[in-house]
Amino acid sequence: MADSRLSRLWHNALRLAFIIGVAWPVVLVWLGLTLRHRERLPLKGPAIVVANHNSHLDILTLYTLFPLSKVLNVQPAAAADYFLRHRLLAWFATRVIGIIPVVRGGASKQTDPLESCYAALKAGQVLVLFPEGTRGEPERMSELKSGLWYLGRRFPDIPIVPVFMHGLGRAMAKGAHIPVPFFVDVHVDRPLLWQDDKPAFKAELQARFTALQRKAAVLAEDPQGAPDAPR
Amino acid sequence: MNPFPISDVLFYALCVIVAVLVFASGTIAALGWHFPQKDWLELRQRVRTWWWIVAVFVLAISVNREVSLVVLGFVSFLAFKEYLTLVPTRRADHLPLLWAYLAIPIQYFWIWYGWYGMFIIFIPVYAFLFLPMRMVLIGETQGFLRAASTLHWGLMTTVFSLSHMAYLLVLPTDVTGSMKGDGALLVLFLVVLTQFNDVAQYLWGKAVGRTKAIPKVSPNKTVAGMLGGALTTTLLGLILGPVLTPMGMAHSAMAGLLIGVTGFVGDVVMSGVKRDLGVKDSGDLLPGHGGILDRLDSLTYTAPLFFHYLRYLYY
Repeated sequence: MADSRLSRLWHNALRLAFIIGVAWPVVLVWLGLTLRHRERLPLKGPAIVVANHNSHLDILTLYTLFPLSKVLNVQPAAAADYFLRHRLLAWFATRVIGIIPVVRGGASKQTDPLESCYAALKAGQVLVLFPEGTRGEPERMSELKSGLWYLGRRFPDIPIVPVFMHGLGRAMAKGAHIPVPFFVDVHVDRPLLWQDDKPAFKAELQARFTALQRKAAVLAEDPQGAPDAPR
Repeated sequence: MNPFPISDVLFYALCVIVAVLVFASGTIAALGWHFPQKDWLELRQRVRTWWWIVAVFVLAISVNREVSLVVLGFVSFLAFKEYLTLVPTRRADHLPLLWAYLAIPIQYFWIWYGWYGMFIIFIPVYAFLFLPMRMVLIGETQGFLRAASTLHWGLMTTVFSLSHMAYLLVLPTDVTGSMKGDGALLVLFLVVLTQFNDVAQYLWGKAVGRTKAIPKVSPNKTVAGMLGGALTTTLLGLILGPVLTPMGMAHSAMAGLLIGVTGFVGDVVMSGVKRDLGVKDSGDLLPGHGGILDRLDSLTYTAPLFFHYLRYLYY
């Protein structure tokens, strides 16, 4: 990065102000969080946190899980085509939220879309990935993408920690602008290790998420099985 | 003796509550020390949570009207949120749900303003009629009745009922002129008796309970527990009423009986809701207790019923 030290300090201050002033009140007061197994979170990088993705609130929620002294090392990879749509949004996304822009479907011989993610891991950051790629249907998981496997191939030894968040799609799904207050359950899973066999790796990750989802859904399960029941 | 800007009666009453908690914590520490092999975690958590509840409660009744209403309004907010998290809601109702939340600050604003007429009709008339209209405008009719009525029930119990506790704080001087408008003592009377009743029913049930009161809803509730609890609460009401409220002995005992019986009803009604939803606890906001609704269930019945009993007789 070509940033001077002063501007880096300024951007860090912006990010902290955003986390304390927006993420904390929205997630901890307006919504309310039940966190299981905080001790499994990787506080030190390089590490990868993989989470399900249903809402813009997901990244705010993940930020609130980390202590303030570590949270600046946590950076989510997010879609460049969405977050870099115009200059103001791009500034906000990269400087205030702190995303690492990734070009979706941009793999080619010349450029690797994951280049900035490699750099972040090399710098010892905790990288947040949403392997579903998109927010999709609220409270339902979409098929996992392969980007994580490619990242893991470059850094086969770093821990990959699955985090499942239940209730955020219900609070603010795609298209909604104001979150409805609901208590949210967050479950941190044991770290997963990268493996060479790509389908097996994806299947294991998928199985982890399915198990977490089942655990989280026990609370909200509607015994009558109404079609609109939250899952 | 009393260094705080609160009335002497309130000060001594709070001292008694703190003494009870110190005693409870001490007992558990002693038990844990004598029988280290048993698991005391839940009991210990429960008492620690009680400390928190009492701290918030003291804040809620002893500073001033604004602080009281903000704290109690926030308690309603937490209870309503916990309720909505449990019940199924429709995705289409995103905006009506936000409107329902908006009813909370408005309801507590009427209380702050002391506008009784509006306080008593705002939710059952305006909110209950407005929300279905807002829902029908969205046009999703699948599950409409169910969605509208679950929303109504949630507002009724967690906002309308509980806000009666807050209205006790702003009641004007009673007809006897003895109270000088100290609503904090009325809230204290209501909450202490309600929570005491829960504990008394539990203990009586454990000690002599045989016949189950409503086995299909709540397998732990016994007839003896209910009767013993209600009578103990009547006795406590008889003792505390003349000290904390404008009521004489007879009315105080009646108030104790009212809280004893309706507290039981509130408890089992909320159990019915939880059973229907297939959960044991309403949430996990209060370690050792479950959710906040598990603690407030009895109050959803005792608060409005005690309020109107008292208001009819003295205001």
